[in-house]
Amino acid sequence: MIRARGLSKRFGDRRVLERLDLELEGGDFLVVTGANGSGKTTLLRLCAGLVAPTAGELRVDAPRGRIGLLAHEPLLYRELTPLENLDLYGRLYRVPERRERIGMLLERYGLWDVRNERSGSFSRGMLQRLALCRTLLHDPELLLLDEPFNALDAEGVELLARQLEDLRREHTFVVATHDPDRLAPLASARLTLA
Amino acid sequence: MTYLQDLATLARKDFLLELRARDTVPAMLLFVVATLVVFHFALPESSSNLAAYGLLWVALVFTALLGLVRAFSSERDQGLLDALVLAPCDRSAIWLAKALAMLGFLAVAELVALPAFSIFFSGVDGATIAGVALADIGICAVGTLLAAMAAASRTRELLLPLLFLPLAVPIVVGGVGASVVDDGGRYLVLLAVYDVIFAIICWASFEYVVTE
Repeated sequence: MIRARGLSKRFGDRRVLERLDLELEGGDFLVVTGANGSGKTTLLRLCAGLVAPTAGELRVDAPRGRIGLLAHEPLLYRELTPLENLDLYGRLYRVPERRERIGMLLERYGLWDVRNERSGSFSRGMLQRLALCRTLLHDPELLLLDEPFNALDAEGVELLARQLEDLRREHTFVVATHDPDRLAPLASARLTLA
Repeated sequence: MTYLQDLATLARKDFLLELRARDTVPAMLLFVVATLVVFHFALPESSSNLAAYGLLWVALVFTALLGLVRAFSSERDQGLLDALVLAPCDRSAIWLAKALAMLGFLAVAELVALPAFSIFFSGVDGATIAGVALADIGICAVGTLLAAMAAASRTRELLLPLLFLPLAVPIVVGGVGASVVDDGGRYLVLLAVYDVIFAIICWASFEYVVTE
């Protein structure tokens, strides 16, 4: 699914990733750890095709529309409601039975009752839940998750852990986290960036 | 067909954002009316209509610039361009939808500006209206692409005018020409040619602007 050879990324003079080799098969679950600034987010952005490598080779065998990215930012329009945000992405990703799927995700993540409120009024935890709905909406083959448990309350953490377990069998994951122990039961590989 | 559906989805989103936030069109309206009021008092009574037409075009270009500076503000502030770029739609649809939204906002501002110009200075003829319509297309096509480029920069408020104004010179030449010359047809042709050339360039190059 992902194959990197000598992958390097620099921003100006700053070296973020240096000659990284990586091989991930479909169904793998890679947990990426490392200190702040070690390149975890950059690796996810490289895999998503949002930035180009400075050197080396990176091949991702998932088309653009089959990648789900959960970034630091929720990537949601604060002026729009959860329904409007998910409807926008559902249309762009051509999600079949869009309304049913949106309704199911909002129910699952406890956002159904606030579906018509502006996302800008949400707490960070609620935005993270909505961002998870956005990421999972089009049932991506490859999930790139940057600190997925960030800002979630205990119930949200439990919910997401169960969801990851369910998705684990049929999806490929690259998850950047500062808390690898939580994902240890799911992980098939671990990468520590220096 | 899919392209048109994506375009409609993205343009609808941009109009909806403006309806909710109301931070672009009201600012453009206030600016263009205030500018025309200032010009009304700044121009001596004995000055000709030619000078007034020149000032109308200055007001329109800077009003458009005001809107363009905010064109990608939601995407920039919340990192949303990444999400749009990741979607499996043709990336040029993002540019075209945003340009159409800007065209709508500018048209609303002009619906107020042109009657206000008629009140303060003199009536506008068909050639001027045609010139404004053609100029709007060029302004929004070029301006939206440049706004996307500038959005990635910390100095975007400075960068966008520096990039946009030189490229808007042919639009001002064409617009003023169409307004003040008796036979302004050739200036309208100039504006139409500018629109076609720059719309194609912007449509084809947007993908490279939003990806590294």
